[in-house]
Amino acid sequence: MVFVGSDGRLTVPTAVKIVIAGGFGTGKTTMVGSVSEIPPLKTEELLTEAGVHVDDLAGIEGKDTTTVALDFGRITINTKVVLYLFGTPGQNRFWFMWDELATGAIGAVVLVDTRRLDSSFPSIDFFEHRGIPFVVAVNCFDGAQLYTVDEVRHALDLDDGIPVVLCDARDRESSKSVLVGLIQHSMNRLEAAV
Amino acid sequence: MTAREDWWYDEAAGPLVRPYAMVRGRTRPNAPDLHLVTQVRASSFASDQTSLTVEHREIMALCARPLSVAEVAAYLDVPLVVVKVLLSDLIERGDVIVQNSSPQIPDRDLLQAVLDGVRGI
Repeated sequence: MVFVGSDGRLTVPTAVKIVIAGGFGTGKTTMVGSVSEIPPLKTEELLTEAGVHVDDLAGIEGKDTTTVALDFGRITINTKVVLYLFGTPGQNRFWFMWDELATGAIGAVVLVDTRRLDSSFPSIDFFEHRGIPFVVAVNCFDGAQLYTVDEVRHALDLDDGIPVVLCDARDRESSKSVLVGLIQHSMNRLEAAV
Repeated sequence: MTAREDWWYDEAAGPLVRPYAMVRGRTRPNAPDLHLVTQVRASSFASDQTSLTVEHREIMALCARPLSVAEVAAYLDVPLVVVKVLLSDLIERGDVIVQNSSPQIPDRDLLQAVLDGVRGI
């Protein structure tokens, strides 16, 4: 297999990605849609119940298979770089997909609904354990800000270094500023590492 | 009965060709490094397409501009594993060019470009 990034005349851009995570109903697809230049797209991967890729169809009829849907959007940065935003699958059992999503990602936004804080714990654990930069964005549904940033930080037991911001996932500018905060956080982490 | 009512095959009935028939049961693409965001694009030196299947040709048309593997799968409305097999056929033929690196953690310059780009939208 020859991998070529150009054929002499045409080139392909570099792709980067950001993961939008959080529990069910926290506004992941809404946030993807509010900043994406295209309506969010959906793609499906076929998995066995064991949560691993199906790589052989022999005997598959007898196995429980399921599809996992991924919502994603796109922001063309310039002619050489394109950014993709992937919402994580709602069900936490699809950890296999999370690994593929997180590999090489700039980082993650963990969306939090303060009415269901516990639904964010698995996402936070995932990115903490893998050392992937993330920010916590409290999605203020219907303008309802029930808790302060400090209260959320305390309730989620977050390190001081992890940014916590309030946002409205429906609002383009608000979602944009969450992404800007995440990219800056990733840059700071990169500089701290050298 | 009108002619239209004779059509049992419509969108609700699903695709006429089952996804895995398109790839003749293959689920292991020859190109192992196709990830969700890997960029693919039709080559400007594409070979004669008459021997290609409809799906291969649809991919060639979609990839007139660079797209990710995930976008091709979404626009073609087939599972990722199927589109990876079809794409690897086209890459082997030299009809599609592909980003030559696995997803890597972006360096500072790339992050700065992304930061500027997101600020500008």
